[in-house]
Amino acid sequence: MSLSSLRQQLLAGATTPAAILGQLAEAIAARDGHTGAYLSHDFAAAMAEAERADLTLPLGGIPIAIKDNINVLGQPCTCGSRFLAENYRSPYDATVIRKLRAAGAIPFGRMNLDEFAMGSSTENSALQTTRNPHDGARIPGGSSGGSAAAVADHTAIAALGSDTGGSIRQPAAHCGVVGLKPSYGRVSRYGLVAFASSLDQIGPLTHSVEDAARLLQVIAGPDPLDSTCLDVAVPDYLSGLDEGVKGLKLGLPKEYFGAGIDPGVRRQVEAAVQALAAQGAELVDISLPHTAYAVATYYVIAPAEASSNLSRFDGIRYGHRAASPVDLLDLYQRSREEGFGPEVKRRIILGTYVLSSGYYDAYYSRAQKVRTLIRRDFEAAFARVDAILSPVAPTPARKLGGLAIDPLQEYLSDIFTLAPNLAGICAISVPCGVTAFDGASALPVGLQILGPHLGEATLLRIARAAEACR
Amino acid sequence: MPQPHIDVRYVAKLARLELSDAEIATFQQQLDAILGYVETLSQLDVSGIEATAHAVPVFGRMRADEPHDSLPAAAVLHNAPDQSQGQIRVPKVVADA
Repeated sequence: MSLSSLRQQLLAGATTPAAILGQLAEAIAARDGHTGAYLSHDFAAAMAEAERADLTLPLGGIPIAIKDNINVLGQPCTCGSRFLAENYRSPYDATVIRKLRAAGAIPFGRMNLDEFAMGSSTENSALQTTRNPHDGARIPGGSSGGSAAAVADHTAIAALGSDTGGSIRQPAAHCGVVGLKPSYGRVSRYGLVAFASSLDQIGPLTHSVEDAARLLQVIAGPDPLDSTCLDVAVPDYLSGLDEGVKGLKLGLPKEYFGAGIDPGVRRQVEAAVQALAAQGAELVDISLPHTAYAVATYYVIAPAEASSNLSRFDGIRYGHRAASPVDLLDLYQRSREEGFGPEVKRRIILGTYVLSSGYYDAYYSRAQKVRTLIRRDFEAAFARVDAILSPVAPTPARKLGGLAIDPLQEYLSDIFTLAPNLAGICAISVPCGVTAFDGASALPVGLQILGPHLGEATLLRIARAAEACR
Repeated sequence: MPQPHIDVRYVAKLARLELSDAEIATFQQQLDAILGYVETLSQLDVSGIEATAHAVPVFGRMRADEPHDSLPAAAVLHNAPDQSQGQIRVPKVVADA
């Protein structure tokens, strides 16, 4: 059930917040033992909030599932890591949670993720396996895999995730739901456990584009507690949603439709592109010439920032502390060795290396300059077109247990989702049908739409049109 | 260009990670492959290109200088792995004289 239709039912008195929570609890009991999207939930606390919900507010009485790297007062925030799984309880609400509460929503449930949001399959969670609701033998995508899987499995109405290089859009595509990465600075990150601070954004995963617009409307806007959150007014994302795409120019970057894309994915994405053209959009061939360098650029910058951000996990103030340390250095080294999983360690080492003396210029400084070239590609493109269309991922969801022995292969699958984070622009994944793949008969495919910085209103309008012609 | 090579044991020490020998061997091979791929960046001429640290940089943002409540000490200490007398307890960091 979509958030928007549930809201109508609540206002009409056809259901109550307590009844909605009761139905979610039943659905979780029936299905989540298999899907594994929820790491935890506090039904009693949510029920207490449901009793006093103000239905006149924009999200009054509606439960929202939260990725387990966003702090909610009094709840766990494991980040999918052994480091924080033992005893951590959030001492405060993230700004997005404060805004959700002010709009009447009830944060309910802690959703599985790749450890510290590092990964594209949720298989890097140290705590639990999450399965794709469309095929239990497959990954839900990641890192916001729990958020996407729960919405697809109808064990959540809508969810929040975080996106550093595709972590909202790719699981949304793999699970057949809508996933929006807002522009850099559109949504406060205060209370989101930082992975790569120049790339991270919080955004919604939902059943529909309208639901995504409703959630963005609530969580967007300035925050004195996050200096990177822009002091820019938030437009009305709902009023223009159904204005259609007639007269809009949509760019097709040749670099995003090249070799290496599964034929079924290509067919569904091209059908969605043609459907938008049939509604009056003008298709424009464009080029983003530095696309081939996005993966290398990202896997220098993101680990560099991660290695710095994750230095706070030292076993002193919160999280895991190794037993019987002989001295402070031993405490640091063993707490981190015991608390972090392999992908996190790999990225910390890579990030520490590219920032270290003698290598900084060759790797980090150079990657930052290439990032400028990637950003300029988009600026040039958006001078000609209103938005850009592409696949979200080269293939549908792969099988569980295929986490590459060679992590480089896993990184390369992020090719279409990384560049928007490097450029700070907004991007959305919209379901565009299903395809047979690798022995499965019908796996979801996602259409990615990219918009200029703070261009969410037009982005959502195009996404709504794409959704309507499914 | 020679194949890049990370001294994993040394960098892990910088990063305050105590890795096992098996982890070092695995990471060595994986990270060398990743760095080899990153070398593609050296194909580009970036002379004269400014660096992008943030896609949308904002400088010198000031908030209103108004007093507000901090987190209560008890809420912060709740998450400390070891505490005593309202403080976080850590191993001794100064050697005996």
